[in-house]
Amino acid sequence: MPAPYALTDDSVVVIIGSGAGGGTLANELAQKGVDVVVLEAGPRIEYEDFINDEWDSFGQLAWLDNRTTSGDWRVSKDFPNLPAWIVKAVGGTTTHWAGASLRFQEHEFKTLTNYGPVEGANLLDWPITLADLEPYYAKAEDKMGVTRTNGIEGLPGNNNFKILKAGADKLGYKDCHTGNMAINSDFRDDRMGCQQTGFCFQGCKWGAKWSTLYTEIPKGEATGKLEVRPDSHVIKIEHDDTGKVTGVVYADKDGNLQQQKARIVAVAGNSIESPRLLLNSASSKYPDGLANSSGQVGKNYMRHTTGSVYAVFEQPVHFYRGTTMAGIVRDEARHDPSRGFVGGYELETLALGLPFMAAFLNPGGWGRSFTSALDKYDHMAGMWIVGEDMPQEKNRITLHAELKDKYGMPIPDVAFTDHPNDTAMRNHAYSQGMALYDAVGATRTFPTPPYPSTHNLGTNRMSESPEDGVVNQWGQTHDIANLFVSDGSQFTTGAAENPTLTIVALAIRQAEHIANEMSSGTI
Amino acid sequence: MVTVYQREPGRGPGLSRRALLKGSGAALVLVVTGSAVISPQQAWGVEPAALNPETMATLIQMARDVYPHDHVADRFYAIAMKDHDTKAGSEAAHKALIEAGIADLDQRAGEGGYRGVGWEEDRVKLLQDIEATPFFQAVRGGMVVGLYNQKDLWPLFGYEGESFSQGGYLTRGFDDIEWL
Ligand SMILES: Cc1cc2nc3c(=O)[nH]c(=O)nc-3n(C[C@H](O)[C@H](O)[C@H](O)COP(=O)(O)OP(=O)(O)OC[C@H]3O[C@@H](n4cnc5c(N)ncnc54)[C@H](O)[C@@H]3O)c2cc1C
Ligand code: SF4
Repeated sequence: MPAPYALTDDSVVVIIGSGAGGGTLANELAQKGVDVVVLEAGPRIEYEDFINDEWDSFGQLAWLDNRTTSGDWRVSKDFPNLPAWIVKAVGGTTTHWAGASLRFQEHEFKTLTNYGPVEGANLLDWPITLADLEPYYAKAEDKMGVTRTNGIEGLPGNNNFKILKAGADKLGYKDCHTGNMAINSDFRDDRMGCQQTGFCFQGCKWGAKWSTLYTEIPKGEATGKLEVRPDSHVIKIEHDDTGKVTGVVYADKDGNLQQQKARIVAVAGNSIESPRLLLNSASSKYPDGLANSSGQVGKNYMRHTTGSVYAVFEQPVHFYRGTTMAGIVRDEARHDPSRGFVGGYELETLALGLPFMAAFLNPGGWGRSFTSALDKYDHMAGMWIVGEDMPQEKNRITLHAELKDKYGMPIPDVAFTDHPNDTAMRNHAYSQGMALYDAVGATRTFPTPPYPSTHNLGTNRMSESPEDGVVNQWGQTHDIANLFVSDGSQFTTGAAENPTLTIVALAIRQAEHIANEMSSGTI
Repeated sequence: MVTVYQREPGRGPGLSRRALLKGSGAALVLVVTGSAVISPQQAWGVEPAALNPETMATLIQMARDVYPHDHVADRFYAIAMKDHDTKAGSEAAHKALIEAGIADLDQRAGEGGYRGVGWEEDRVKLLQDIEATPFFQAVRGGMVVGLYNQKDLWPLFGYEGESFSQGGYLTRGFDDIEWL
């Protein structure tokens, strides 16, 4: 039964955001008997109400509050007010996500050590190692029901995967399979197996794909220790004279401002809103924003080096049928500077419906070159590139100088420019992807530019030393002991892998730390 | 309000056989008659409320030239262009943008106007010259959703749309590829 807590109750942990980080932390704490209030800006939409339609679903779930963009990235030109494709709803972006759940590689926790300094990049080693995170990866995989872990079978391969696999074999790639997916291949955890409907990005109407919306959150609520308040948009975190945070101010569903007291505040609004909130909470004591003595809040924004390769074949493929991310090639994920860049990348199948294909294949493109590609829509296969991008200080979230949201708070600007290493990696991936499809007889291939960011990382990064980053190895801010960051903005570097498994593992680990500190009375 | 309607063959609103004959030039597919743009061959018509019907007819041709799909009938392009008529009805500035944009295009095309230019290639050259204008971008940008999000159009591209109600593709061909 959900527990309603009073606004004046200053014994609760307030978590801002209910996605991968926030939703997991909430359940983990509730299971340990900690009282939790989750404030979520978006509405609560249960999975039965998801829509098998790309634009309608986007309208139902996506974060559409105004944002601006700057920097050289093409998204800024094609989608100037949509830097990221993320969700505003209970469950956060785990409603839209595809489910690919990969552990980081050992060397990726120590990029400065392993890659050496890279000019223009703000590389730093994580304050934790793979060994530190392994037990939590194991818990996360079990919790999320990741295929090919815990004895869970892999998903069957759809047509898009079969083409990927055939091409991978021809190219001599060895590590190609249907992925480690947080999608049930069979009934598990009271949720059914995947029905191959092909609308993973629109929210899984079967509940086969893990989302905090229908796993962590109801489980937490069942303890009687968790209250989730939807339509509650936090605009400011407050603190007392000693500098400790004391609660938050949020706009409720009617737009009225409310103040919720807290013993601890954990920020998990994803990597654009989390730093924005810290910056918007500036005060006379913290004129540069909360937890920003390092000046790193909002900086080192990473979005993975991405891009897609689509290909047309003589015969039909129907790649939109079945899981959206149906398979992976991992051979290029290694660090091998002989390829002309540091770090590595994964190739993962991807399919879009016709409406999104029209919007994203070549934004702004027109004429026969464009339309003849779409004419072969049902003959297409597709893959997505996801690789490690370089943290750079100039890639950052800042508060807009003039534009404000409906609560009068400055909106975020998202600045991004590729590092030369990012560009070199993307070009390498494009040519490998095109070669893979050529090897199975593609008649035409398309190196497709990155979409608005689905992976948003790094803007409150974790560091050993308080001068280099915003949070310590527990996601606790260096500056304020009872203020935590619990989402992907903690990432010191991005690694080649999709981020969510790591976000969840960090949240489980953080919950243990918070519960321990609370019972020992240190916070 | 603009309507796109299916005509009963030979008996569409505002269209006599004489008007049809009079309107049908050699290369002409769309016919402007009175307040409507009609497609005699395909039995539909569009009656713009705010825009000049001649403008609408040219707009539909332009829409096809921007996103040409030879297996897609004019009707789909007309539906996509309807939005501009609706918007022109409530926003004078949008009406001016479209009317002036089409007038400019006709002017550039010379005698016979844009629709009088016989080859797509030549019309596309005219479009390339105005590619950066707000007018062109309004027409192109609007079509990304206005054209490709029409559910009736999806089957023409082999896209099957919603699949939950049919139980997904688990038993309906998610892995049916045979040619590999
Ligand atoms: C189409 C798509 C496919 C993806 N596929 C994969 C994949 O296969 N594998 C993978 O690892 N990752 C994938 N991702 C990325 C993954 O979804 C994110 O990495 C993950 O959800 C991020 O977790 P988070 O907790 O940081 O933020 P989110 O899950 O985005 O949650 C943040 C929540 O905070 C709320 N919020 C924000 N600001 C406030 C505020 N001020 N007050 C109250 N609430 C607030 C938001 O509304 C949101 O609900 C995908 C993403 C997309 C869009
Ligand atoms: S393909 Fe599977 S995981 Fe994806 S939405 Fe359908 S049932 Fe859910």
